[in-house]
Amino acid sequence: MTTIRVVLPGHLRNLAQVGPEVTVDIADPPTLGSALDAVEAAYPVLRGTIRDRGTNKRRAFVRYFACNEDLSHEPPDLPLPDEVVRGREPFLIVGAMAGG
Amino acid sequence: MSGVRVLVGTRKGAFVLTSDEGRKNWQVDGPHFGGWEMYHLKGSPADPDRIYASQSTGWHGQVVQRSDDGGKSWKAVGNDFSYATVPGTHQWYDGTPHPWEFARVWHFEPSLTDPDTVYAGVEDAALFRTVDGGQTWQELPGLREHGSGPHWQPGAGGMCLHSIILDPSDADRIYIAISAAGAFRTDDGGKSWKPINKGLRSQGIPDEEAEVGHCVHHIAMHPSRPDTLFMQKHWDVMRTDDAGDNWREVSGNLPTDFGFVIDVHAHEPETVYVVPIKSDMEHYPLDGKLQVFRSRTGGEEWEPLTKGLPQSNCYVDVLRDSMSIDSLDECGIYFGTTGGAVYCSPDGGDSWSAIVDNLPAVLSVEVQTLR
Repeated sequence: MTTIRVVLPGHLRNLAQVGPEVTVDIADPPTLGSALDAVEAAYPVLRGTIRDRGTNKRRAFVRYFACNEDLSHEPPDLPLPDEVVRGREPFLIVGAMAGG
Repeated sequence: MSGVRVLVGTRKGAFVLTSDEGRKNWQVDGPHFGGWEMYHLKGSPADPDRIYASQSTGWHGQVVQRSDDGGKSWKAVGNDFSYATVPGTHQWYDGTPHPWEFARVWHFEPSLTDPDTVYAGVEDAALFRTVDGGQTWQELPGLREHGSGPHWQPGAGGMCLHSIILDPSDADRIYIAISAAGAFRTDDGGKSWKPINKGLRSQGIPDEEAEVGHCVHHIAMHPSRPDTLFMQKHWDVMRTDDAGDNWREVSGNLPTDFGFVIDVHAHEPETVYVVPIKSDMEHYPLDGKLQVFRSRTGGEEWEPLTKGLPQSNCYVDVLRDSMSIDSLDECGIYFGTTGGAVYCSPDGGDSWSAIVDNLPAVLSVEVQTLR
């Protein structure tokens, strides 16, 4: 089990009633997909707001960043960066800059 | 002491407006869910403190909120609107088949008798129901699987199921309307549906009198006359007196019969209200004058109601779910605009004043009469 830091976008912080950063425990090996699974397990109200409930496909205007890299288009079995796994860097779930 | 609670959904949050029965002094609470699109909020007739709200954004999809204390506090409930069967296709804008995809909830219609039972009209058009207070939602697939489904196509706002009317005299009878498929009725609690569009004529579709394909904007009913419905279609104001089997036009002397909202006086089943909009190309009032029109004759003969409404340089729209009517002894009429105003007439439409002027664009207005 690994504990990682996750930063949520403002709308989802309000929805989950949490602060800017949360920690979640994820199963080993820690991957992009298991991180998202852990966030949704810890905060069920976020199910469907980050990924499509049926397909787990990332919603179009959501992005995943870590260690200055865009992981949005990576597969769910992508290993998380070591710095995220070690808790030195957060995993960022970001609302894309779009709209008005 | 009686009063009213007005639930306002806007492009950037929800607002709760409350007043005593005088409807002169208002308390404004909000925004709730700031920054989210609030397509619709509606309270349970069986328990006015139970309110359901549709919350969504293009970023994060659909959330459903429920209040058990009249809108003071809220709790997110279920947001899984999975179609009950493998969705087929409907027509896309270019005429090609397009898979049914859930986008958002446009309208909640709580049961007349059970606070935990609510119907939800969604885009892409389908009817869902919860019987556990919103925790889980089940589709009534007979509507989507009506044989005409592959021929339905979206209106400009999406293929939305926006109107749901529960017959107070027959629990198995429900009316719904879809843009741009038309109106449908079930007489068996949602298992099977029939199109009820006979008498509608719509230019812009190949067969003007087709069984489906009409852009119905909204439908209203007076509970004492469940077989009589009034419809604001894309163009034309329509009426049926046989539960939708036959419609006739009652636009009469309206200056334009394009519009979105329509509603019926709480105590006078033949008194009907619309807000004429200039045209399908120009979604604002005629001549920059915001006018409600009232018919006391069930249509055909209409009078403009303008006292207190802006009569110059007004170019707002009034969207389909943005009119509501209370049931106090002197019936109050409410509507909201895309300019962010919510107007109230405490005297059946004779005079108006703005409760609020500058909210985000109003998507829906529902009033609860509190006794």
